[in-house]
Amino acid sequence: MPVPCDQNPITLASYLDGELAPDQIPAMHEHIATCPQCAIEIAELTRLKHGLRAARGHHTPTLEFKKKLQQQVAPPRRPRLNVLRFIPAALALAATLLLAFTWTQHSRRQDAFSEVADLHVNALASTNPLDVISTDRHTVKPWFQGRIPFSFNVPELTGTEFTLLGGRVVYLHQQPGAQLIVAMRQHKISVLIFQASPGQALPFPASTEAGAHNAFTVETWQSNGLRFLVIGDVDATEIERLAQSLKQANS
Amino acid sequence: MDPEFFEQLAMPLFDQLYNFAHWLTGDRTDAEDLVQETYAKALKGFRSFQQGTNLRAWMYRILRNTFHTSRTGLAAQNTSSLEEEEAQGNAVTAHTVTPELLLLQQEDQQTVLKALAALPVPYREIILLCEVEELSYREIAQVLDVPIGTVMSRLSRARTALRQPQKTNPLGRPIDARTL
Ligand SMILES: [Zn+2]
Repeated sequence: MPVPCDQNPITLASYLDGELAPDQIPAMHEHIATCPQCAIEIAELTRLKHGLRAARGHHTPTLEFKKKLQQQVAPPRRPRLNVLRFIPAALALAATLLLAFTWTQHSRRQDAFSEVADLHVNALASTNPLDVISTDRHTVKPWFQGRIPFSFNVPELTGTEFTLLGGRVVYLHQQPGAQLIVAMRQHKISVLIFQASPGQALPFPASTEAGAHNAFTVETWQSNGLRFLVIGDVDATEIERLAQSLKQANS
Repeated sequence: MDPEFFEQLAMPLFDQLYNFAHWLTGDRTDAEDLVQETYAKALKGFRSFQQGTNLRAWMYRILRNTFHTSRTGLAAQNTSSLEEEEAQGNAVTAHTVTPELLLLQQEDQQTVLKALAALPVPYREIILLCEVEELSYREIAQVLDVPIGTVMSRLSRARTALRQPQKTNPLGRPIDARTL
């Protein structure tokens, strides 16, 4: 009989779920390499995980139901304009203009955010999402030189909850920019960096705190002529932490 | 939050929420009712939703709570034995390699899916949230309204139950091995 291992199975599962604290991971690797019992357990849990992947998107809603639900959640459109009839004409005109202006600004922002969300989703959906695959910021930064018309600093993420996976060149409104993909547990976060030249102002608010857009959390700011966007399906506090390290590296 | 944003923010979650609902209810009509009620409640409560907090976890939480108070949910759930088990101090037995595990290797994904569908609700929902919907432990804790420690221990038991369905079903509901 081999010596029974006292490794807590919960710790093994946390490791596989990407929830183990980064400082515990080396010890875990060492243990698995020397403990056949845990190695088998890891293999079994991995097998189970693979089996369960088939449950993702296993049940799909009918188009009919989707349409029905969309109607249910769609905001009531237009009727509010009727109110204007009771306001004196000049005031009504002013109000309409203001309404049109804020609506345009608002929809332009929403569009810009959806385009950013698209860039993020495309990277996740692509089988070869990265042009440069490296966890080393000293490899990633020089790779972009000559490929994009500006330079930026990649923060040191070693020892944090974030792991740099690599980067690629992306285009937003014909402007080339950099996209970094950063992993956090099972989630992926995109960092997008573009030039913020005045002539081609991207329709983003000057800066936002991390907020939810299209089911993603987005934070954006401008610094030294560059526009930064951080987007991912994680909490605002997590986006904020990654944003802070980027701000420090590029201040 | 302005309700006008609701559609834009909540609709991208529709397919995932439907999948989760169908796995919970095991039935298309019940799943549709559940999703519809979830969106209705979320729309109503959207004003109080804080921008920047986790919309995904919030929606799953509404769906899950709605399910647990629904007719099908009440019929399916019996968490008392689970809570007792958890109150007893999270004792988790050391893992061992069993013939069942080796058996699992030879079986296909369909077997895993059938075992998932047959799991008691408290185990099924946590497996779905972690493995299928890929929520973090912290998000799962928000959805289930339990501490992260409970998420970890319940998940561990759920996985054990999934691998050895006949032995560890805490509700004592016999599961016919032939249906697995
Ligand atoms: Zn071990």
